[in-house]
Amino acid sequence: MIEVVMPQMGESIVEGTLTRWLKKPGDKVERDEPLFEISTDKVDTEIPAPTAGVLAEVLVNEGDTVAIKTVVAKIDEGGSAAAPAKEEAKAAEPAPVKEDPAPPAPPKPAAAAPAPQPAPAAPAAPVASQPAPEPAPAEAQPAVDADEVTGPLSPLVRKMAREYNIELGQVRGTGAGGRITKQDLEAYMAAQGARTMAGPPAPAPAAAPASAPAPAAKAAEPAAPAPRAAAPQQKVEPMSIMRQKIAEHMVMSKRTSAHVTTVHRVDMTKIAKIRDRAKEEFKNRYGFGLTFLPFVTSAAVDALRAFPIVNASIEGTNVLYHGAINIGIAVALDGGLIVPVIKNADEKNITGLQRSIADLAARARSKQLKPDEVSGGTFSLTNFGSFGSLFATPVINQPQVGILGIGSVTKEPVVVADAIAIRSMMYLALTFDHRLIDGALADQFCQKIKDLLENWSDQVI
Amino acid sequence: MRVCEVQELGRIGWAAAYQKQRQLVEQRKRNEIPDQLLLVEHDPVVTLGRNSKPQNLLAPASILARAGIGLEEANRGGDVTYHGPGQLVVYPVLNLNDWKRDVHHYVRAIEECVIGALAEFGVAGERSAINSGVWVKQRQTGTLAKICAIGIHVSRWVTSHGFALNIDTDLSHFRYIVPCGLTQPVISLARLGVQASRAQVSDAVVRNFGSVFQLQMAVPETVGERIP
Repeated sequence: MIEVVMPQMGESIVEGTLTRWLKKPGDKVERDEPLFEISTDKVDTEIPAPTAGVLAEVLVNEGDTVAIKTVVAKIDEGGSAAAPAKEEAKAAEPAPVKEDPAPPAPPKPAAAAPAPQPAPAAPAAPVASQPAPEPAPAEAQPAVDADEVTGPLSPLVRKMAREYNIELGQVRGTGAGGRITKQDLEAYMAAQGARTMAGPPAPAPAAAPASAPAPAAKAAEPAAPAPRAAAPQQKVEPMSIMRQKIAEHMVMSKRTSAHVTTVHRVDMTKIAKIRDRAKEEFKNRYGFGLTFLPFVTSAAVDALRAFPIVNASIEGTNVLYHGAINIGIAVALDGGLIVPVIKNADEKNITGLQRSIADLAARARSKQLKPDEVSGGTFSLTNFGSFGSLFATPVINQPQVGILGIGSVTKEPVVVADAIAIRSMMYLALTFDHRLIDGALADQFCQKIKDLLENWSDQVI
Repeated sequence: MRVCEVQELGRIGWAAAYQKQRQLVEQRKRNEIPDQLLLVEHDPVVTLGRNSKPQNLLAPASILARAGIGLEEANRGGDVTYHGPGQLVVYPVLNLNDWKRDVHHYVRAIEECVIGALAEFGVAGERSAINSGVWVKQRQTGTLAKICAIGIHVSRWVTSHGFALNIDTDLSHFRYIVPCGLTQPVISLARLGVQASRAQVSDAVVRNFGSVFQLQMAVPETVGERIP
């Protein structure tokens, strides 16, 4: 077995990122044939196989960065069958199949995890009866090529091989006389990942019996990848590009800003009345409805003008005050969201804002936005109220320093001048970056918005 | 002194240039040819390196296509970048076994040769800890802007891909991407107020390349003469 190591691509280089495997375990490789790709700084390098044989084992995943000289793969020069079974499995395995029901040895136990293989004797009892004495049908075993397999197979191993469609010729037996054990199969499946497990129902081999010693079951659970096979209803699918972008952006934002959310309650009764009066005519005249959103946007724009630090970004140790007020509006899409931007929102009246909002939202949903329509925002709004949320704690859209979450407008009993009145109430939740903005200023900013909305001066739109 | 043949391919599509490089890399690996330096200018194209993050491409292929910009995946290091008219794109096909088996050193040497070439036009290029490539400090703001981007592929120590230097590139095309995954601006010689022709810049780059890598640069005419 030849070990393939992360090469040193230069004097000052101490590690490399493995970007892509060009071969899979079990593949034949020729000497000097490209085996994997690594990347350091601006350089992408193809690494050839040092020897011919069969790629037996891959020890580093795509995307992982490891120190130079780390063993990343093993090539079996014999070149016959690949043997992804792990050394650890062998070492830890006590004896033939029915005595060791312990979960498979994980390919790479997390450092912190307790040794996944408990004392071999401990868990033996509960599952001793596990290998159901199913008569192995001599025929109808498409996946098992008996000729390639040395030693007898237990009924359990035959059953598993059939159900997971494993070619037993590919599995190295570590049991007595080289016979293939359940652990060998599980280690093989773990090494193969989910690839080989498409389809067939699983017999839940890894589901520890209730009587199993608790610590053993627990220890094995997080580390062992094999239990994936135990839940046939699970499926793995890649995240969409948009999902990946959102995931990265959200975590990056949380890592970047000191998020604090402050919530203010706003009486929207006056706005609700104006809206009710204008709604019908608005629809007829412009072809789109009138919502609360342009009112809140307009009030937020005025507040941003009064508190320019909320319409800013942090650049190193500088504060960048944006000249323009460009408002991003989060729009929910199937499986994601996008934040189109109303440029120079301070130049627009309610009608103009509503038109922009309707237009951007419609084009966001039909994927017609241009790149400069989703960039350049200086502050964002998110209207989760349209989904019934009262208030939430939105995540800042970097590199901005604030986002205003708009809750739903609901009629509530409210104390007004020592009497109980029915008012249209709304919560505004401002998440701000406490690196730049302190609570007092954030609350003044919110009070400004509240004041503008509650005392809306224009009766007509 | 070893010879490096210079080939001026002129305006050529990205895919065609890539084909050409692959062919030369194979020949270079077999030692059938000396080191090569390809000089090209591309039709507008956005290329994704191996380390490209999807969020650094700001527009889908359809919008790029409408703007007349192609989209290609390249097996080079680095993040997303843009190539287009007005940019000198240089693809060295070198066997680093004959020089130094050190990819970082190779990137630093490319930077050195670009910095040397820029100096001939009175432009102070510099390296930055932010990212590889060559940067120029903008006079008004003092912020660094990238003038030359680097992305390399190495196979058995033979290099391909290379670097792109903005002469009078239409910088607005960079707005479709986050170049190299960075928010720093890009800049060109023209934007710096330097009026230099593509031929002048190529000459300077080739000259500096030869002195940095200790290669005798065989420019097109001499290549022609050597063919019997």
